[in-house]
Amino acid sequence: MNKYEELMARKNEIMKKSVGVDYSKYEKGKLSFNYEEMMKDTGYSLSDVIKIQNNVGVGNTPLLELRNITKLARKVSKTGKAARIFVKDESANPSGSFKDRRASLSVYDAKTRGYKGVASATSGNYGAAVASQAAMRGLHCIIVQEAYDSRKVGQPEILEKGRKCEALGAEVLRLTVGPELFYTYLKMLDDTGYYNASLYSTYGVSGVESLGYEIAINCREKFGKNPDAVVVTHAGGGNVTGTGRGLIKAGANDTMLIGASVNLKGLHMASDNDFNKKSFTTGHTGFGIPFMTNPDRSDVPRSAARPLRYLDRYVTVTQGEVFYTTELLAQIEGLERGPAGNTSLAAAFAISQEMDDNQIIVVQETEYTGAGKHILPQLTFAKKNGIDVSVGNPKDEVPGKNIIIPDHPSKLYIEEHDLNKYRRSYIKNAAEKITGNEILKCDLDFLADETKESKEQVIKILHELNIVVR
Amino acid sequence: MEEIVLNPNERASHLPDDTKAVPLKVWVRGFCMDDCDIGTQAEIKTVSGRLAKGTVTLEKPKYNHDFGEYIEELQNIGKQAREILGVI
Repeated sequence: MNKYEELMARKNEIMKKSVGVDYSKYEKGKLSFNYEEMMKDTGYSLSDVIKIQNNVGVGNTPLLELRNITKLARKVSKTGKAARIFVKDESANPSGSFKDRRASLSVYDAKTRGYKGVASATSGNYGAAVASQAAMRGLHCIIVQEAYDSRKVGQPEILEKGRKCEALGAEVLRLTVGPELFYTYLKMLDDTGYYNASLYSTYGVSGVESLGYEIAINCREKFGKNPDAVVVTHAGGGNVTGTGRGLIKAGANDTMLIGASVNLKGLHMASDNDFNKKSFTTGHTGFGIPFMTNPDRSDVPRSAARPLRYLDRYVTVTQGEVFYTTELLAQIEGLERGPAGNTSLAAAFAISQEMDDNQIIVVQETEYTGAGKHILPQLTFAKKNGIDVSVGNPKDEVPGKNIIIPDHPSKLYIEEHDLNKYRRSYIKNAAEKITGNEILKCDLDFLADETKESKEQVIKILHELNIVVR
Repeated sequence: MEEIVLNPNERASHLPDDTKAVPLKVWVRGFCMDDCDIGTQAEIKTVSGRLAKGTVTLEKPKYNHDFGEYIEELQNIGKQAREILGVI
C-alpha cells in the first residue's frame, strides 16, 4: 500500500470522528439503509432549523417576480402563453448564496458538540458559507479547494471563491486537479480533529429544507396556492433533496420538482487538460448525473442527498444559455447575480412556455456576483483557454469547444433527460455492490423509494440484471 | 508555499492519463516561522494555527482575478430584449 491507500483505508474511522455519526447502524439488508431514520437522527426538526437560521440571518429571502422576463417568454412562446416566473433571491443570505442554509446547521452542530473548528472540501459557494457561519460562531475554518490545473492556472470563479473564504477568516488549501483532494482532506481532518461540515451530511441537506418550505409558504401567502413547478440547479443532489423534502413538509405534494444542470457532456471531471475548459464549476452534468445514479460516492459513507427520490423531471441547458440569461436578468430585471445560480432560470425561461399564464414557476436560487464570478471574466477566461465564443444557436454548442450565446430569446431551449434511464442506472450501480445474485424484500422497498419507482418496475429491472428478491 | 502531496507514482489508479502524469500539489498561505526566501523550504503557521512545511512561492500573495475584458457577444442581449418588449 502506498501512503494514499494507507490513509484511504482509515477513511471510515476518520469520518466517524469528524461527523460524530456512526453510519453503520443504519445499514440493513444487502444494499439498503434506513434513510428516514438517519435524517431524523440529526435531532433538529424543521422548526429548529428555521430558528437556528433566523438567529444568524439566514433564510427568509425575498421571492421576486420577474415580470419582464415573463413578458419576454410570452412574446417568444409558440402559444403566446407562459407561466409567471419568480426567483427566490438567495443571494440575500449572509455569504451570498443558498449554501448558508446548509452551513448554518452543520456549524451550529459543530459548536454545540464542542469542536474547535470546521472544515469542508468544496470549490463552490459552500466554502464561503461555512467560513461565514464559522466566523459568527467563533470557530476555526479550513476549506479545501480543487483550484488549479498543473500550470497553476485557476478559473476566475474558483479564485474568487477562495478569496471570499479568506475574507471571512478561513484558511484555504488550494489543490491541483484530482479526486485525491479527498486524501488531503482526510489527512487534514485527522490532524486537526475538526468537524467535517460535509455537503452530504444529514445537516448539510436538512438545512435546505427551509428553502423548499419557504417557497411553498411564500406562494400560498401571495397567491393562495402552491407553485406549479420549482426549478432547482442540480449538482451533488443536496439542493434537490433538501428543497424536495421542504416542499413535502409544507404539504406541497402537487408541485413539480425539476432539476436543471449545465450540459458539460464529454468533459472529464478529473482531467487536468479539461479542467479549465469548463466555464461552470458546479451545477453541471459532471456532478449531476454521477451523484444521481450513485449518491454514496460522496465524502460520507451514506449521503443524505438522494435526488432521485424527489425529482419529477431533469433537464439540461447550455453554458451559453446561462450566460445569456444572466445578462438578461441584469438588463431587464435590474438584478445582477452570479451565473451559476442562473442555471435554473435559463431552464425556467424555456419551461414556462409549456405552461399557462396563470401558472407559477419558481427558480429556487440566485448567488452573489463580483470579480471572477461574473459573465465577463468567465467568458474572458474561456476565450483565453481556446474556447470559441460566438452568437448563434445554442443547439450548436459543444462543451469544451465553444460557447454559443443565443442570438434571440426564442432560441433558448432545454434538453429533456429521461429519468427512467438514471433510475435503471442507479439500480445497476446498487446491485453491483452486492455479492451473489439475491437481495431481500427490504432491499426492494429501498430501491423503490430511492428511485421513486413502482416495485413492479424495480423487479423488472432487477430481473434484467439477473437479480432475484428472496 | 507549495507542497507536493502525491508524486505521479503515488496517485490514485483510476485517473485519466494527463492527470496521472503530474503530481498533486497544494498551496497553503500563512506566516513564516523564521526568515525565509522565495524558493527555499520553510515552515509556516496558518490562520487556523496549523503548522505546514513546503517551498515558499510568493510573498504577500495578492488576488489577481478581475472583471475581465469587454465581451461584445453580450452587447445586444439587453437592447434586443427591450425592443421585443417594446419598452424602448
